[in-house]
Formats: sequence, C-alpha cells, structure tokens
Amino acid sequence: MTTYYSKEHEWIRVEGDIGVVGITKYAADKLGDVVYAELPATGKAAEKDGVIAVVESVKAASEVYAPVNGEVTEANDALADAPEKVNEDPEGEGWFFKMSLADSGELSGLMDEAAYKEFIAGLD
Amino acid sequence: MTMNTIGRPTAPDANAGASVSEETFSGSKGLAQAEPLIFERGRTDVTGVDLPAPSGRADRLGGLKRQKSCGLPGLAEPEALRHYVRLSQKNYAIDLGLYPLGSCTMKHNPRLNERVARLPGFADVHPLQPEETVQGALAVMDELAHWLTTLTGMPAVALSPKAGAHGELCGMLAIRAALDARGETKRRRVLVPDSAHGTNPATAVQCGFTVEEIGHTADGRVDLDDLKSKLGDDLAGIMLTNPSTCGLFEREIIQIADLIHEAGGYFYCDGANFNAIMGRVRPGDLGVDAMHINLHKTFSTPHGGGGPGAGPTVFSEALAPYAPLPRVTRGADGALQFIEEDDDAEGAPFGRLCAFHGQMGMFTRALTYMLSHGADGLRQAAEDAVLNANYLLARLRHVMTPAFEGTCMHEALFDDRFLKGTGVETLDFAKAMIDEGYHPMTMYFPLVVHGALLIEPTETESKQGLDRFADTLIDLAEGAKAGDAARFKSAPRFAPMKRLDETQAARKPVLAWRPAGAETAQS
Repeated sequence: MTTYYSKEHEWIRVEGDIGVVGITKYAADKLGDVVYAELPATGKAAEKDGVIAVVESVKAASEVYAPVNGEVTEANDALADAPEKVNEDPEGEGWFFKMSLADSGELSGLMDEAAYKEFIAGLD
Repeated sequence: MTMNTIGRPTAPDANAGASVSEETFSGSKGLAQAEPLIFERGRTDVTGVDLPAPSGRADRLGGLKRQKSCGLPGLAEPEALRHYVRLSQKNYAIDLGLYPLGSCTMKHNPRLNERVARLPGFADVHPLQPEETVQGALAVMDELAHWLTTLTGMPAVALSPKAGAHGELCGMLAIRAALDARGETKRRRVLVPDSAHGTNPATAVQCGFTVEEIGHTADGRVDLDDLKSKLGDDLAGIMLTNPSTCGLFEREIIQIADLIHEAGGYFYCDGANFNAIMGRVRPGDLGVDAMHINLHKTFSTPHGGGGPGAGPTVFSEALAPYAPLPRVTRGADGALQFIEEDDDAEGAPFGRLCAFHGQMGMFTRALTYMLSHGADGLRQAAEDAVLNANYLLARLRHVMTPAFEGTCMHEALFDDRFLKGTGVETLDFAKAMIDEGYHPMTMYFPLVVHGALLIEPTETESKQGLDRFADTLIDLAEGAKAGDAARFKSAPRFAPMKRLDETQAARKPVLAWRPAGAETAQS
C-alpha cells in the first residue's frame, strides 16, 4: 500500500486496483472543524484535477479535486453523521471515497509522503 | 425634631467588591438582563388575549377537533413587549457605534429618510391602487430611475429586484435572454474571479450557467493571462466586482470588458461596492452590461433598516431590451404609468422578478438620500469613504498586516500574518473586539486572503471615531503579540452570550423549540 499526495492536499492510497481518497491532515487542520462533506455518487466519473467533492468547515466551503482519472466505486457514507472524522482521522476513517484507476501511471505525477511534507513545509 | 442618624451612604465604598464573584443570582448582569426564548418565558396556562369561546357555529371539522392543548406557551402583553424590547437592547446597531463590516457599507441612515418614507402617500399605498391615485409614488420611481441611470451611465434600469443577489439574478437572466435571442444557446460558461462574493457563482448556476474561476495576481487584481486563457465560443460572460472584495480597483477593467465583448460575452458587474466610486466613475463607461445597485447600502438604510432591501439593476443598450417588467413611463397625457405587459413591441423582457413593483420604502429612502446630498454630495460621500478606509489602513499597517501593497478603495483588507505565533486567530481577534464594544469586521472573506479581516468604515465616521477604533485595534494587536492569548481565547466575556459552539451548531443544528417532554414527537 502506497499513499500519494496532490498539491491540492488530497491523498490517494492504492489498495490493489482501487484508490482510497481523502484530504490531508494539513488541509483538515487548515479548514478547521469540518461540518459537512458532499461526496460523489458511486459510478461518477472522476476527472483528474476536476471537482469531485466539496468539504465544508466552520470557516469555508472548499472543493476537493480528483487526484487521478477513474470512476467512483464507493463513498464514505459515515461522514454524513460524523463529519468530525475528517478532523480526527483525516487519512484513516475520514476518507472521502474509493475509485478505480484508469491509468495507474498517473500516480507517478503525484508526491510521495516525504515530498508532500517538504511541499507543505514551504507553504507556511 | 427627629434626626435620621443612620445616614444613607452617598459615595461608593472604596473597599467593596474586591473579592465578589462576577456571577449573579438571576443570571442577569445589572441592566443587561438574561433573556430566555419567548417560549421558555411563557406558560401554557396563560394567554395574552381573552376572548369568549365561539358559540352558535356548527363544527365543520368532523370530529377532528383538538382534544388537548398543543403546549404552546402564552404571555401577557407586557411580558411579550418586555421580551422583544430586551432582545432589541442586546442588538448592536449602526445607531450605537461603528459597524465596520466589510463589503456591507454600513453607513448612517439619515432620519430625514425615515420621515419621508412614512409619508402616507408613500407608506400607505397599495400596489393594486389605480395609477391616477399614486402619481406621487410613481414620480419617486421615475426620478430614482433617472438618478440611477445617470450615476451609472447606463440607459435602462429595472427597479423591482429586492436585494443584491436578486439584482444579480435579474442581470444574469437578461444575459441569458440576450444569448438565447442571438440563437447562441451553447454559451453557458461564466467566468468569476476567486475573490467574488459567494452569491456570484451561485447566481450563475441558478441561471443555468457553469462557473469557471479566474485567479488573481500578487497585487490582488484579476489575472489577465488566466482570463485570456479561459475565453472561448462557449463564453456567456463574466461576473466581476469593482472595486473588488479586496477593496481594490480593477485597473484593467476596460481591457477586461473589451476581451469579454470580443469573445461574444456580456459583462455583469457586482455593484455591492458602488459606494467607493459613486459620482466618480460611471460603470457604463467601463463597458459594463448589467449591474445591480444595493439601494440599502450605497444610498443608506444599511441592511435594509432591518426590513427588505432593494437591488435595482441597470442595463447597457445591448441588454436593455431584455430588462424585466414592470417599468414606469410617462404616457401621452403626461401621467405616469406602469408598463406591465410586453405589448409595446419595443423589447423582449425576460419576464418579471416579483409580483409587484419593488420595495417602495427603499425607493423613497434612497431618493431622499440622493436629493439631500445632491450630485456633489454623493461624490464627496464616495471620496470620504475611500479616505476613511485609507486612514485606517495607514494607522494600522504597522501593527496589522495589509493583504496587498498600496492604497485601498473603500475597505482595508488585512491578513492574519500579524497573529502568527501568538496563538490568536482571526476569529479570536474578532470576538475580542466585541468585548471592546465594537461590532467585528468581516472575517475569513474574501477567501483568497488567509484569515482575512476586511474593514469598511464608510464615510459616516469622524476622524475622532476612526482614531478610537484604530487605537483599540492597535491595543488588541499588541496585546496578542505580547502573549495575552487568554484575553482572546475567552472572548467575548462581556457579551450577553459567551463564545458559541459554531461547530456543534453546524453539525447538529437545533432549528425548532419543542415543549419539555416532546422530544419524541420530532418530525
């Protein structure tokens, strides 16, 4: 299992031929308390860098982008009743959706954990 | 003669109160009384009206008559009155002090406006009255339309929109009607800068358009290169605020208008910040095709005076034929009349926005404001508003961090860099302002600025008032930097309610009061 990161602060963890997608701890901390996540329906086409979900915190509503091309296979329905999971465990129970990967080669365009840490260190 | 030997103390005891708790037995703090919900104050066995039970009428409910009380509490008239007066005294208002809410133009509402709005010929008319009995009211609308078209340099205006966002809807529906009339039903993409009011993209989507965001440059203006890359033959237009929500004038606005027009689109301008340029700049000269004007901001009566607002929308020659009905015109006999139906074959109005003619109360207040200021007075109001914002920017720029370099227009925008490392966030800073007796500024907007604090003093404030405000903000900023985070984290300490749990309110909103024991009867 490898996790990749985008510059828009999404992570995608590849489990077999499925990718689990969420927002990073850095993003969750910046957003503040998340109160709502609008998740894509199963079967929705995920277009790389296109808006695929919306996350709303007490501060603002933000768009979540698909890190790679593919199709949504499952949404994390638990977030409907417990959006706080996004803050408590952003890269675990706070996942947003799962998707199939159209081309696993696209993953190489994303960052690994070390590169992402370096990326966010340069942001503050 | 008997002397009262136990004198009544006439001066405060210097030693009193040193170790007394701030809590009171009743929950009230002196004259700031604790006030529960009106339902909690009332009792189910009380009613404010005492009518005899109806008799001699047949029961037509077929046995569906309520068998027991629904549990709705009642109050006697003085109790109900006191409840609302107490609530009103907890309110902060422009009549109580500076109201620096950015992008809202909370200016003083001259009392003359209120006097005129209450004249029976304006206040007590009905929209379905015969036109010959409301010629004065129609004359107000006609004169107001003249002022609005003259100030904006635009040939037509629809007075009926009832708020800023309603005016946006009006403008974007006209753009859509114009595109459809050209047969260009594929033009459905609208460009919106990332600093826009949230209503802009919402309006575009409501009108059936898709939204594409355009970025900004380091100096806070629209990124022209990004804009150019997003033109195309599916472009419907742009929605742009000028001055922007960053309090900055879009210097390239004429070039932006030309680019949009050359690409076949229309230029919608969000007129929320017209107060900064009123009498100085005519949007028609900038290439604007449609723009709403918040009468309830720019022309006083902030936030509609607690009542409805009004967002008349002006149109260019290109869009004027599509403006909605009704409109006021002068007939051949010299009398004013409403054009209610599209029977004059002059245009192709997209329809109506509301049942009647708009907000008469706002029309009279706005026209009173215009006539009492005159053209030169309106221009001076705009200039003073910009001067006041720049005075605050100049006084605060050394302790707070301006989001962009240079001068501003009508509002001064700061980011939260000055709070970095203090443990204090923008929200805490705003709450601490409440303890100091000020309504907070707009915060966390525009979204393009981190932890934004957007201050719009308007022309209302005197230099002394601005100085008091600036001194307070400087004290707060220096207090935060000196490590006094506790003051901010515990704020507001002196408000009727302490810090509210906004997270819980958003996650688990409680939107209805229910009688005790009725929890199981929900929905």
